[in-house]
Amino acid sequence: MTDQTTLSTPPAESGVFRRFLDSDLFYDFSRRPIIILSAILTVVIILAAALAPWIAPHTPFDPASLNLMDGFTPPMEPNAFTGNVYWMGTDSQGRDIFSAILYGARISLLVGFAAVAFAAILGITLGLVAGYKGGWVDTVIMRIADVQLSFPAILVALLIFGISKSLIPNEMQEQAAIYVLILSIGLSDWVQYARTVRSSTLAEKNKEYVQAARLFGVSSLRILARHILPNVMGPVLVIGTIGLALAIILESTLSFLGVGVPATQPSLGTLIRVGNEFLFSGEWWITLFPGFTLLILALSVNLLGDWLRDALNPRLR
Amino acid sequence: MIAMLIRRLIQAALVMLVVAFISFSLFQFVGDPINNMVGQEASQQDRAELRERLGLNDPIPIQFFRFVGNAVKGEFGISYRMARPVSEVIAERLPATLELALVSGVLAISLGIGLGVYTALRRDGWLSHFIMSSSLIGVSLPTFLIGILLIYLFSVELQWLPSFGRGETVQITENWSTGLLTVSGWKSLILPAITLGLFQLTLLMRLVRAEMLEVLRTDYIKFARARGIKQSSIHFHHALKNTLLPVITIAGLQLGSIIAFAIITETVFQWPGVGLLFINAIRFVDIPFMSAYLLLIALVFVVINLIVDLLYFAVDPRLRATKRSAGR
Repeated sequence: MTDQTTLSTPPAESGVFRRFLDSDLFYDFSRRPIIILSAILTVVIILAAALAPWIAPHTPFDPASLNLMDGFTPPMEPNAFTGNVYWMGTDSQGRDIFSAILYGARISLLVGFAAVAFAAILGITLGLVAGYKGGWVDTVIMRIADVQLSFPAILVALLIFGISKSLIPNEMQEQAAIYVLILSIGLSDWVQYARTVRSSTLAEKNKEYVQAARLFGVSSLRILARHILPNVMGPVLVIGTIGLALAIILESTLSFLGVGVPATQPSLGTLIRVGNEFLFSGEWWITLFPGFTLLILALSVNLLGDWLRDALNPRLR
Repeated sequence: MIAMLIRRLIQAALVMLVVAFISFSLFQFVGDPINNMVGQEASQQDRAELRERLGLNDPIPIQFFRFVGNAVKGEFGISYRMARPVSEVIAERLPATLELALVSGVLAISLGIGLGVYTALRRDGWLSHFIMSSSLIGVSLPTFLIGILLIYLFSVELQWLPSFGRGETVQITENWSTGLLTVSGWKSLILPAITLGLFQLTLLMRLVRAEMLEVLRTDYIKFARARGIKQSSIHFHHALKNTLLPVITIAGLQLGSIIAFAIITETVFQWPGVGLLFINAIRFVDIPFMSAYLLLIALVFVVINLIVDLLYFAVDPRLRATKRSAGR
């Protein structure tokens, strides 16, 4: 439990960084080369995606900067007409694949983080309320959760996406697509948070500090937000990390199926779908480079999440 | 036991009703069904007549019961996009999906249990380490990416296996055609089945391994060893039998996922099943098809959940005993 308190300590005193380096969690981390590598890869991809406008050699979605003559340039080879060299090659319209991946990862990560945040906020709120109030509120929320849990997330997300798509007028669909995607991934993933938070809340609400707060006349809302919430956040961090990998995979899958982000703002999944058409004619780089980026990102975040779960689990010590 | 069964049945019926209500709401709130059926030039009066004839002016609860009644009979109306009865289209495409799901399921369960037992018994062998590390990639790799990589390797580069379609099929009955009786059918099935089953395979393998390691540590295994029982008998009779309980649950639930994930695999391999139709239905907002597919999948899931629960009772004698003594 010591590492959990380290994690939730607000960065107020100057010794926090020192304490983090001394913690069990960091010690465990420093002894696992694969986890360190995953952390580095994750940070590198996130940074590269965030800084895409500054580090990408080309602006891939500005039509003015594209030259059709550069189309289908293989990686690391000069183009037959223009002599330009792209180290990951170009697609059918002469778009630099490396730049497209940077911008694509940006959208994938943006949707992933937003969906996880949305799912976590929704799940934590409902879990807190269900656990604290009990009674029929609890029954209703957890029944819905059970029903939803028995269907795979992809199906739920597809359905929500289909419904919202038909409710939004055609001319607004392009701009709304990303929000619809975040909504559908978030709504398909809140159950995990709700179930975990509910069970921790059930355990916390009978402890003395909550009873004391209640005796002082503190309102339910304040007890939930200020007293119980900080104590149930540990497991949420773990679910959130694994959830990020799942959200990124789900987003890319939906985009690959052609129901995700529009082609004007391609994510990694869209890039793979578009490139897939050229796989048979031998232009493998258009689809495989975005594919490997997605694989590395998903694998690293997954490994980090798994490690965090094991490291924070006191039973495994 | 009987009370338990009845409770589970009621729960299952409730889930189906909720899903039916969602399907029904799709019709009610998403677009105007009349607009979807008649052309632009239909007059106001024609529309009103059609509305009356289809019973769209009736109170909502009555419409809902009519919807459920039709759904039970397998009538879901005419697909907006294909202009054919939805039930007919689904019946035609379902065999392809079921065939794919069945082969992937068998692949995942047999290889999953086999490799799980192997890696648990030979914990420190290099092959076990190799299998365990590659299984991590299997868990993280999105299904569609597995499909693309397999196509690139075996269809484009090596040109061993076809990359799309079902190959030659044999018509068994009017609606039922199978690819399992032809060589090209099996060839076409290999890549999609691996793609679809790989995730379930790795999941089951890791589960079986973890459970086996847990069971092998228990006292009754130690005693069995002390009594001098043959190793193989201990591993497969004493240990494996007891690891199968959670495996049944997960395998059952995963069977449902396989049918749902077939959507992705069918898109990658252009496999002519219901999943491919569903994706198109979502893109074109084909409500009758969407709601029919939703109900179908829900039914599959509910039935599988029910069977898993019953199997649990059949397999685990402790469960029966404690439930009875607890007076439930």
